[in-house]
Amino acid sequence: MDPAATPLLSVNSLSVSFGSRHVIQNLSFEIERGENLAIVGPNGSGKTVLLRTLLGMLPHTGSIRWASGVKLGYVPQSVAADLQLPIFAADLLAAKARILKVPQDAIARAAAATATTPDMLTSRIGTLSGGQFQKILITFALLGDPDVLLVDEPTASLDELAEEHIYELLDRLRRERNLTVLLISHELSVIYQRATRVLCLSKNNPCFGKPQEILTPENLAEVYSSQPEFFHHLHNHAERPR
Amino acid sequence: MTHLGGIYEVVLALLFAIAAGLVGSFALMKRMVLAGDVISHVALPGIGLAFLFHFNPLLGGAATLLVGTLLIWQLQKSTGLAVDAMIGVVFAGSLAIGALLTPQQDLVEALFGSYQSLSLPAFLIGIAASLLIILSILRFKDHLLLSLFSPEMARATSIRLDRLNLGYLLLFSLTVLVGLRFLGALLAGALIILPAATGRRLATHVSQFLFCTCAASLISVIVGLLVTHLFLPSHSPGPVIVIISALLFLVASLRKVEA
Repeated sequence: MDPAATPLLSVNSLSVSFGSRHVIQNLSFEIERGENLAIVGPNGSGKTVLLRTLLGMLPHTGSIRWASGVKLGYVPQSVAADLQLPIFAADLLAAKARILKVPQDAIARAAAATATTPDMLTSRIGTLSGGQFQKILITFALLGDPDVLLVDEPTASLDELAEEHIYELLDRLRRERNLTVLLISHELSVIYQRATRVLCLSKNNPCFGKPQEILTPENLAEVYSSQPEFFHHLHNHAERPR
Repeated sequence: MTHLGGIYEVVLALLFAIAAGLVGSFALMKRMVLAGDVISHVALPGIGLAFLFHFNPLLGGAATLLVGTLLIWQLQKSTGLAVDAMIGVVFAGSLAIGALLTPQQDLVEALFGSYQSLSLPAFLIGIAASLLIILSILRFKDHLLLSLFSPEMARATSIRLDRLNLGYLLLFSLTVLVGLRFLGALLAGALIILPAATGRRLATHVSQFLFCTCAASLISVIVGLLVTHLFLPSHSPGPVIVIISALLFLVASLRKVEA
Protein backbone atom coordinates (compact mmCIF):
# COMPACT_ATOMS: atom_id res chain seq x y z
CA MET A 1 0.00 0.00 0.00
CA ASP A 2 1.30 3.44 -0.89
CA PRO A 3 2.17 5.16 2.42
CA ALA A 4 1.26 8.52 0.92
CA ALA A 5 -2.29 7.24 0.37
CA THR A 6 -2.69 6.24 4.03
CA PRO A 7 -4.26 8.95 6.18
CA LEU A 8 -1.79 10.52 8.58
CA LEU A 9 -4.41 10.34 11.31
CA SER A 10 -7.58 8.34 11.40
CA VAL A 11 -10.01 8.86 14.30
CA ASN A 12 -12.99 6.57 14.51
CA SER A 13 -15.97 6.76 16.92
CA LEU A 14 -13.86 8.50 19.54
CA SER A 15 -15.54 9.18 22.88
CA VAL A 16 -13.98 10.67 26.00
CA SER A 17 -15.79 10.94 29.33
CA PHE A 18 -14.93 12.15 32.81
CA GLY A 19 -17.24 10.19 35.08
CA SER A 20 -20.77 10.82 33.84
CA ARG A 21 -19.72 13.87 31.79
CA HIS A 22 -19.30 13.03 28.10
CA VAL A 23 -16.87 15.57 26.64
CA ILE A 24 -16.35 14.01 23.20
CA GLN A 25 -18.91 11.65 21.72
CA ASN A 26 -18.60 9.43 18.69
CA LEU A 27 -16.16 11.66 16.78
CA SER A 28 -14.69 10.48 13.48
CA PHE A 29 -12.37 12.25 11.02
CA GLU A 30 -9.26 11.69 8.93
CA ILE A 31 -6.46 14.01 7.91
CA GLU A 32 -3.74 13.74 5.30
CA ARG A 33 -0.09 14.73 5.47
CA GLY A 34 0.64 18.42 5.13
CA GLU A 35 -2.84 19.54 6.15
CA ASN A 36 -3.55 22.47 8.42
CA LEU A 37 -6.50 21.40 10.55
CA ALA A 38 -8.21 24.08 12.61
CA ILE A 39 -10.16 22.83 15.63
CA VAL A 40 -12.92 25.20 16.73
CA GLY A 41 -15.78 25.07 19.18
CA PRO A 42 -17.19 26.83 22.23
CA ASN A 43 -15.51 26.66 25.63
CA GLY A 44 -15.92 23.22 27.15
CA SER A 45 -16.51 21.53 23.80
CA GLY A 46 -13.43 19.31 24.28
CA LYS A 47 -10.80 20.92 22.03
CA THR A 48 -7.91 20.59 24.48
CA VAL A 49 -9.26 17.21 25.62
CA LEU A 50 -9.09 16.06 22.00
CA LEU A 51 -5.43 17.08 21.65
CA ARG A 52 -4.55 15.40 24.96
CA THR A 53 -6.36 12.26 23.83
CA LEU A 54 -4.49 12.30 20.51
CA LEU A 55 -1.28 12.43 22.55
CA GLY A 56 -2.37 9.25 24.35
CA MET A 57 -2.90 10.94 27.72
CA LEU A 58 -6.58 10.24 28.34
CA PRO A 59 -8.62 7.04 28.46
CA HIS A 60 -11.10 6.80 25.61
CA THR A 61 -13.23 4.49 23.53
CA GLY A 62 -13.04 4.24 19.74
CA SER A 63 -9.79 4.27 17.82
CA ILE A 64 -6.98 6.72 17.09
CA ARG A 65 -4.56 5.59 14.38
CA TRP A 66 -1.48 7.62 13.55
CA ALA A 67 0.48 6.54 10.44
CA SER A 68 3.45 4.45 11.49
CA GLY A 69 6.59 6.28 12.59
CA VAL A 70 4.85 9.64 12.98
CA LYS A 71 6.57 11.98 15.46
CA LEU A 72 4.49 14.52 17.35
CA GLY A 73 5.34 17.97 18.67
CA TYR A 74 3.03 19.78 21.09
CA VAL A 75 2.65 23.50 21.75
CA PRO A 76 0.54 24.00 24.89
CA GLN A 77 -1.70 26.95 25.67
CA SER A 78 -0.16 27.19 29.13
CA VAL A 79 2.30 25.18 31.18
CA ALA A 80 1.92 23.47 34.54
CA ALA A 81 5.12 24.77 36.12
CA ASP A 82 5.52 27.83 38.31
CA LEU A 83 7.20 30.27 35.90
CA GLN A 84 9.26 31.73 38.72
CA LEU A 85 11.25 28.51 39.01
CA PRO A 86 14.92 28.75 38.03
CA ILE A 87 14.35 27.14 34.62
CA PHE A 88 15.91 28.48 31.41
CA ALA A 89 14.54 27.70 27.97
CA ALA A 90 17.95 26.19 27.22
CA ASP A 91 17.44 23.73 30.14
CA LEU A 92 14.21 22.44 28.61
CA LEU A 93 15.60 22.15 25.11
CA ALA A 94 18.77 20.41 26.31
CA ALA A 95 16.63 17.99 28.37
CA LYS A 96 14.52 17.09 25.34
CA ALA A 97 17.62 16.71 23.12
CA ARG A 98 19.14 14.27 25.64
CA ILE A 99 15.93 12.25 25.96
CA LEU A 100 15.50 11.97 22.17
CA LYS A 101 19.26 11.47 21.73
CA VAL A 102 19.47 14.18 19.09
CA PRO A 103 22.71 16.18 18.84
CA GLN A 104 22.85 19.42 20.79
CA ASP A 105 23.32 21.40 17.54
CA ALA A 106 19.74 20.42 16.66
CA ILE A 107 18.74 22.96 19.32
CA ALA A 108 20.45 25.74 17.37
CA ARG A 109 18.69 24.63 14.17
CA ALA A 110 15.26 24.54 15.84
CA ALA A 111 15.92 27.96 17.41
CA ALA A 112 17.00 29.39 14.05
CA ALA A 113 13.78 28.11 12.43
CA THR A 114 11.68 30.13 14.87
CA ALA A 115 14.05 33.15 15.02
CA THR A 116 14.61 32.46 18.72
CA THR A 117 17.62 34.49 19.84
CA PRO A 118 20.38 33.19 22.16
CA ASP A 119 19.36 35.66 24.87
CA MET A 120 15.84 34.18 24.91
CA LEU A 121 17.37 30.74 25.42
CA THR A 122 19.44 31.91 28.36
CA SER A 123 16.65 33.87 30.06
CA ARG A 124 14.60 32.47 32.89
CA ILE A 125 11.26 31.40 31.42
CA GLY A 126 9.36 33.69 33.79
CA THR A 127 11.08 36.77 32.35
CA LEU A 128 10.13 36.14 28.71
CA SER A 129 7.37 38.13 26.99
CA GLY A 130 4.26 36.25 25.80
CA GLY A 131 5.51 36.19 22.20
CA GLN A 132 9.00 35.06 23.19
CA PHE A 133 7.54 32.33 25.38
CA GLN A 134 5.41 31.03 22.50
CA LYS A 135 8.51 30.97 20.25
CA ILE A 136 10.33 28.91 22.86
CA LEU A 137 7.40 26.47 23.06
CA ILE A 138 7.35 26.14 19.26
CA THR A 139 11.15 25.67 19.20
CA PHE A 140 10.73 22.94 21.81
CA ALA A 141 8.05 21.25 19.70
CA LEU A 142 10.25 21.42 16.57
CA LEU A 143 13.25 19.82 18.25
CA GLY A 144 13.50 16.22 17.05
CA ASP A 145 11.94 17.08 13.65
CA PRO A 146 8.30 16.08 14.26
CA ASP A 147 5.91 15.34 11.38
CA VAL A 148 2.92 16.81 13.21
CA LEU A 149 2.47 19.86 15.42
CA LEU A 150 -0.45 19.89 17.86
CA VAL A 151 -0.97 23.54 18.79
CA ASP A 152 -3.37 24.64 21.54
CA GLU A 153 -4.45 28.29 21.18
CA PRO A 154 -0.95 29.66 20.65
CA THR A 155 -2.01 33.30 20.74
CA ALA A 156 -4.45 33.30 23.67
CA SER A 157 -2.41 35.81 25.68
CA LEU A 158 -0.79 37.83 22.86
CA ASP A 159 -1.49 41.22 21.32
CA GLU A 160 -2.52 41.38 17.66
CA LEU A 161 0.95 42.00 16.25
CA ALA A 162 2.53 39.12 18.18
CA GLU A 163 -0.45 36.97 17.24
CA GLU A 164 0.10 37.61 13.54
CA HIS A 165 3.81 36.78 13.90
CA ILE A 166 3.05 33.44 15.54
CA TYR A 167 0.51 32.42 12.89
CA GLU A 168 2.92 33.44 10.12
CA LEU A 169 5.68 31.44 11.80
CA LEU A 170 3.49 28.33 12.06
CA ASP A 171 2.45 28.69 8.42
CA ARG A 172 6.03 29.10 7.21
CA LEU A 173 7.20 26.08 9.25
CA ARG A 174 4.38 23.99 7.84
CA ARG A 175 5.38 24.83 4.27
CA GLU A 176 9.15 24.56 4.77
CA ARG A 177 9.08 21.32 6.76
CA ASN A 178 6.02 19.73 5.22
CA LEU A 179 4.47 19.64 8.68
CA THR A 180 0.91 18.70 9.44
CA VAL A 181 -0.61 21.13 11.92
CA LEU A 182 -3.60 20.57 14.23
CA LEU A 183 -4.41 23.97 15.63
CA ILE A 184 -6.98 25.04 18.20
CA SER A 185 -7.97 28.61 17.48
CA HIS A 186 -10.80 31.07 17.99
CA GLU A 187 -9.53 33.33 15.21
CA LEU A 188 -11.92 32.71 12.35
CA SER A 189 -10.17 35.13 10.00
CA VAL A 190 -6.93 33.17 10.50
CA ILE A 191 -8.72 29.89 9.92
CA TYR A 192 -10.29 31.21 6.71
CA GLN A 193 -6.90 32.28 5.40
CA ARG A 194 -4.72 29.39 6.49
CA ALA A 195 -6.63 26.20 7.39
CA THR A 196 -7.15 23.41 4.86
CA ARG A 197 -9.78 21.69 7.04
CA VAL A 198 -11.89 22.63 10.01
CA LEU A 199 -13.09 20.35 12.77
CA CYS A 200 -15.93 21.96 14.63
CA LEU A 201 -16.61 20.42 18.03
CA SER A 202 -20.01 20.77 19.56
CA LYS A 203 -22.12 18.53 21.72
CA ASN A 204 -25.00 18.35 19.28
CA ASN A 205 -23.43 18.49 15.89
CA PRO A 206 -19.66 18.05 15.40
CA CYS A 207 -18.67 18.77 11.80
CA PHE A 208 -15.60 18.39 9.63
CA GLY A 209 -14.71 19.77 6.21
CA LYS A 210 -13.23 22.69 4.28
CA PRO A 211 -13.39 26.11 5.99
CA GLN A 212 -15.91 27.56 3.54
CA GLU A 213 -18.21 24.55 4.05
CA ILE A 214 -18.00 24.49 7.82
CA LEU A 215 -17.78 28.13 8.86
CA THR A 216 -21.17 29.13 7.55
CA PRO A 217 -23.41 31.39 9.66
CA GLU A 218 -25.89 28.50 10.02
CA ASN A 219 -23.28 26.06 11.29
CA LEU A 220 -21.81 28.63 13.64
CA ALA A 221 -25.23 29.45 15.02
CA GLU A 222 -25.77 25.77 15.71
CA VAL A 223 -22.35 25.20 17.28
CA TYR A 224 -22.27 28.35 19.40
CA SER A 225 -25.97 28.39 20.22
CA SER A 226 -25.29 28.52 23.94
CA GLN A 227 -22.92 31.48 23.55
CA PRO A 228 -24.73 34.20 21.57
CA GLU A 229 -22.08 36.89 22.17
CA PHE A 230 -19.31 34.65 20.99
CA PHE A 231 -21.33 33.62 17.97
CA HIS A 232 -21.78 37.28 17.08
CA HIS A 233 -18.00 37.78 17.13
CA LEU A 234 -17.40 34.69 15.00
CA HIS A 235 -20.24 35.56 12.69
CA ASN A 236 -18.64 38.93 11.90
CA HIS A 237 -15.37 37.20 11.09
CA ALA A 238 -17.10 34.56 9.01
CA GLU A 239 -18.78 37.20 6.89
CA ARG A 240 -15.45 38.76 5.94
CA PRO A 241 -14.68 38.49 2.22
CA ARG A 242 -11.77 36.16 1.62
CA MET B 1 28.76 4.43 70.80
CA THR B 2 29.01 8.17 70.28
CA HIS B 3 27.06 10.01 67.63
CA LEU B 4 30.07 10.05 65.34
CA GLY B 5 31.29 6.69 66.49
CA GLY B 6 30.26 4.60 63.51
CA ILE B 7 31.67 5.18 60.07
CA TYR B 8 28.64 3.30 58.71
CA GLU B 9 26.21 5.78 60.24
CA VAL B 10 28.13 8.81 58.99
CA VAL B 11 28.53 7.48 55.44
CA LEU B 12 24.86 6.56 55.27
CA ALA B 13 23.80 9.94 56.68
CA LEU B 14 25.85 11.77 54.04
CA LEU B 15 24.50 9.68 51.16
CA PHE B 16 20.99 10.18 52.51
CA ALA B 17 21.58 13.94 52.58
CA ILE B 18 22.34 13.92 48.84
CA ALA B 19 19.36 11.65 48.09
CA ALA B 20 17.01 13.87 50.09
CA GLY B 21 18.40 16.97 48.35
CA LEU B 22 17.78 15.57 44.87
CA VAL B 23 14.31 14.23 45.69
CA GLY B 24 13.43 17.47 47.50
CA SER B 25 14.50 19.65 44.55
CA PHE B 26 11.98 17.97 42.29
CA ALA B 27 9.37 17.82 45.05
CA LEU B 28 9.63 21.61 45.36
CA MET B 29 9.33 22.11 41.59
CA LYS B 30 6.36 19.70 41.51
CA ARG B 31 4.80 21.65 44.43
CA MET B 32 4.64 18.59 46.67
CA VAL B 33 7.29 19.30 49.31
CA LEU B 34 4.86 18.86 52.17
CA ALA B 35 4.21 15.35 50.93
CA GLY B 36 7.52 14.37 52.57
CA ASP B 37 6.21 15.15 56.02
CA VAL B 38 2.93 13.51 55.30
CA ILE B 39 4.25 10.37 53.57
CA SER B 40 6.59 9.72 56.48
CA HIS B 41 3.55 9.17 58.69
CA VAL B 42 2.29 6.46 56.36
CA ALA B 43 5.13 4.35 57.79
CA LEU B 44 3.70 4.61 61.30
CA PRO B 45 1.25 1.65 61.22
CA GLY B 46 4.09 -0.63 60.06
CA ILE B 47 6.43 0.68 62.74
CA GLY B 48 3.68 0.16 65.32
CA LEU B 49 3.15 -3.43 64.21
CA ALA B 50 6.91 -4.03 64.32
CA PHE B 51 7.11 -2.82 67.92
CA LEU B 52 4.09 -4.97 68.86
CA PHE B 53 5.44 -8.14 67.26
CA HIS B 54 9.14 -7.48 67.83
CA PHE B 55 10.53 -7.31 64.33
CA ASN B 56 12.64 -4.61 62.66
CA PRO B 57 10.59 -1.35 62.66
CA LEU B 58 12.12 -0.32 59.32
CA LEU B 59 10.73 -3.45 57.69
CA GLY B 60 7.27 -2.64 59.01
CA GLY B 61 7.63 0.99 57.91
CA ALA B 62 8.81 -0.09 54.45
CA ALA B 63 5.82 -2.40 54.00
CA THR B 64 3.20 0.21 54.87
CA LEU B 65 5.05 2.91 52.90
CA LEU B 66 5.02 0.72 49.79
CA VAL B 67 1.33 -0.08 50.18
CA GLY B 68 0.55 3.58 50.96
CA THR B 69 2.51 4.84 47.93
CA LEU B 70 0.79 2.44 45.54
CA LEU B 71 -2.55 3.41 47.08
CA ILE B 72 -1.81 7.13 46.59
CA TRP B 73 -0.79 6.56 42.95
CA GLN B 74 -3.84 4.42 42.20
CA LEU B 75 -6.28 6.78 43.93
CA GLN B 76 -4.80 9.75 42.10
CA LYS B 77 -5.17 7.95 38.75
CA SER B 78 -8.70 6.77 39.37
CA THR B 79 -10.12 9.93 40.97
CA GLY B 80 -8.17 12.50 38.93
CA LEU B 81 -7.59 14.53 42.10
CA ALA B 82 -4.22 16.16 42.80
CA VAL B 83 -1.55 13.90 44.25
CA ASP B 84 -1.27 15.99 47.43
CA ALA B 85 -4.99 15.47 48.15
CA MET B 86 -4.53 11.71 47.82
CA ILE B 87 -1.45 11.80 50.05
CA GLY B 88 -3.54 13.67 52.62
CA VAL B 89 -6.26 11.00 52.54
CA VAL B 90 -3.82 8.12 53.01
CA PHE B 91 -1.86 10.07 55.61
CA ALA B 92 -4.85 10.75 57.85
CA GLY B 93 -5.81 7.08 57.93
CA SER B 94 -2.24 5.89 58.47
CA LEU B 95 -1.53 8.31 61.28
CA ALA B 96 -4.63 7.23 63.18
CA ILE B 97 -3.87 3.52 62.75
CA GLY B 98 -0.18 4.09 63.65
CA ALA B 99 -1.04 5.99 66.82
CA LEU B 100 -3.36 3.17 67.91
CA LEU B 101 -0.87 0.39 67.13
CA THR B 102 2.38 1.89 68.39
CA PRO B 103 3.00 1.26 72.10
CA GLN B 104 3.14 4.56 74.00
CA GLN B 105 6.75 4.15 75.11
CA ASP B 106 7.93 3.49 71.54
CA LEU B 107 5.95 6.31 69.94
CA VAL B 108 8.60 8.95 70.67
CA GLU B 109 11.29 6.85 69.03
CA ALA B 110 9.08 6.19 66.01
CA LEU B 111 8.31 9.88 65.64
CA PHE B 112 11.75 11.33 66.34
CA GLY B 113 14.08 8.50 65.34
CA SER B 114 17.00 6.95 67.06
CA TYR B 115 20.64 6.74 66.16
CA GLN B 116 21.66 3.28 67.20
CA SER B 117 24.61 1.58 65.55
CA LEU B 118 23.93 -0.12 62.24
CA SER B 119 24.60 -3.75 61.46
CA LEU B 120 26.55 -4.41 58.26
CA PRO B 121 23.50 -5.74 56.36
CA ALA B 122 21.40 -2.74 57.46
CA PHE B 123 24.23 -0.41 56.39
CA LEU B 124 24.52 -2.10 52.99
CA ILE B 125 20.76 -1.93 52.43
CA GLY B 126 20.76 1.76 53.39
CA ILE B 127 23.68 2.48 51.05
CA ALA B 128 22.04 0.57 48.21
CA ALA B 129 18.75 2.42 48.73
CA SER B 130 20.47 5.83 48.85
CA LEU B 131 22.52 5.10 45.72
CA LEU B 132 19.41 3.86 43.93
CA ILE B 133 17.64 7.14 44.75
CA ILE B 134 20.59 9.31 43.70
CA LEU B 135 21.31 7.47 40.45
CA SER B 136 17.62 7.21 39.50
CA ILE B 137 17.01 10.92 39.99
CA LEU B 138 20.16 11.81 38.02
CA ARG B 139 19.19 9.35 35.27
CA PHE B 140 15.64 10.69 34.97
CA LYS B 141 16.13 14.35 35.84
CA ASP B 142 15.38 15.44 32.26
CA HIS B 143 12.17 13.39 32.21
CA LEU B 144 11.12 14.83 35.59
CA LEU B 145 11.89 18.39 34.50
CA LEU B 146 9.81 18.15 31.32
CA SER B 147 6.91 16.39 33.06
CA LEU B 148 6.64 19.04 35.76
CA PHE B 149 6.95 21.83 33.18
CA SER B 150 4.20 20.48 30.94
CA PRO B 151 2.84 16.93 31.06
CA GLU B 152 1.63 17.32 27.45
CA MET B 153 5.05 18.39 26.17
CA ALA B 154 6.59 15.50 28.09
CA ARG B 155 4.12 13.05 26.59
CA ALA B 156 4.87 14.34 23.09
CA THR B 157 8.53 13.62 23.91
CA SER B 158 7.53 9.95 24.42
CA ILE B 159 7.75 10.10 28.22
CA ARG B 160 5.49 7.56 29.95
CA LEU B 161 4.01 9.86 32.58
CA ASP B 162 2.27 7.11 34.56
CA ARG B 163 5.45 5.16 35.09
CA LEU B 164 7.49 8.28 35.76
CA ASN B 165 5.06 9.52 38.43
CA LEU B 166 4.94 6.12 40.13
CA GLY B 167 8.73 5.82 39.99
CA TYR B 168 9.17 9.26 41.54
CA LEU B 169 6.61 8.52 44.30
CA LEU B 170 8.43 5.27 45.12
CA LEU B 171 11.81 7.06 45.25
CA PHE B 172 10.22 9.72 47.44
CA SER B 173 8.91 7.08 49.85
CA LEU B 174 12.23 5.26 49.83
CA THR B 175 13.97 8.52 50.76
CA VAL B 176 11.56 9.00 53.65
CA LEU B 177 12.16 5.40 54.72
CA VAL B 178 15.96 5.79 54.81
CA GLY B 179 15.46 9.07 56.68
CA LEU B 180 13.26 7.35 59.26
CA ARG B 181 16.32 5.41 60.39
CA PHE B 182 17.91 8.36 62.10
CA LEU B 183 15.48 11.27 61.80
CA GLY B 184 12.18 9.64 62.72
CA ALA B 185 8.75 9.96 61.13
CA LEU B 186 8.26 13.59 62.13
CA LEU B 187 11.57 14.82 60.76
CA ALA B 188 12.25 12.57 57.75
CA GLY B 189 10.19 14.86 55.54
CA ALA B 190 11.93 17.96 56.85
CA LEU B 191 15.20 17.14 55.12
CA ILE B 192 13.29 16.91 51.86
CA ILE B 193 11.70 20.35 52.29
CA LEU B 194 14.25 22.61 53.96
CA PRO B 195 17.39 22.20 51.80
CA ALA B 196 15.25 22.46 48.64
CA ALA B 197 13.80 25.75 49.90
CA THR B 198 17.34 26.97 50.59
CA GLY B 199 18.54 25.87 47.16
CA ARG B 200 15.60 27.63 45.52
CA ARG B 201 16.62 30.91 47.21
CA LEU B 202 20.22 30.62 46.02
CA ALA B 203 20.02 29.16 42.50
CA THR B 204 19.40 30.83 39.18
CA HIS B 205 19.12 27.73 37.00
CA VAL B 206 18.19 24.07 37.34
CA SER B 207 21.58 22.35 37.73
CA GLN B 208 22.67 25.04 40.19
CA PHE B 209 19.43 24.46 42.10
CA LEU B 210 20.13 20.72 42.42
CA PHE B 211 23.71 21.44 43.51
CA CYS B 212 22.76 24.11 46.10
CA THR B 213 20.03 21.87 47.55
CA CYS B 214 22.39 18.90 47.94
CA ALA B 215 25.06 21.18 49.44
CA ALA B 216 22.56 22.62 51.97
CA SER B 217 21.43 19.11 52.87
CA LEU B 218 25.01 17.84 53.31
CA ILE B 219 25.99 20.85 55.45
CA SER B 220 22.90 20.32 57.65
CA VAL B 221 23.76 16.66 58.26
CA ILE B 222 27.50 17.24 58.85
CA VAL B 223 27.01 20.22 61.18
CA GLY B 224 24.05 18.50 62.88
CA LEU B 225 26.09 15.36 63.62
CA LEU B 226 29.03 17.43 64.88
CA VAL B 227 26.89 19.64 67.13
CA THR B 228 25.11 16.61 68.58
CA HIS B 229 28.41 14.82 69.13
CA LEU B 230 30.11 17.80 70.81
CA PHE B 231 27.29 19.41 72.78
CA LEU B 232 24.28 17.09 73.01
CA PRO B 233 25.72 13.57 73.25
CA SER B 234 22.62 12.15 74.94
CA HIS B 235 20.27 13.35 72.17
CA SER B 236 19.29 11.92 68.80
CA PRO B 237 20.83 14.06 66.01
CA GLY B 238 17.57 14.29 63.99
CA PRO B 239 16.15 17.46 65.56
CA VAL B 240 19.58 19.17 65.48
CA ILE B 241 20.03 18.37 61.77
CA VAL B 242 16.63 19.83 61.03
CA ILE B 243 17.31 22.96 63.10
CA ILE B 244 20.60 23.53 61.26
CA SER B 245 18.76 23.09 57.97
CA ALA B 246 16.16 25.66 59.02
CA LEU B 247 18.92 28.09 60.02
CA LEU B 248 20.56 27.68 56.60
CA PHE B 249 17.24 28.58 54.99
CA LEU B 250 16.97 31.68 57.16
CA VAL B 251 20.45 32.77 56.09
CA ALA B 252 19.65 32.08 52.42
CA SER B 253 16.42 34.03 52.67
CA LEU B 254 18.41 37.15 53.60
CA ARG B 255 19.92 37.11 50.12
CA LYS B 256 18.32 39.51 47.68
CA VAL B 257 16.95 37.76 44.63
CA GLU B 258 16.75 39.33 41.16
CA ALA B 259 13.20 40.18 40.16
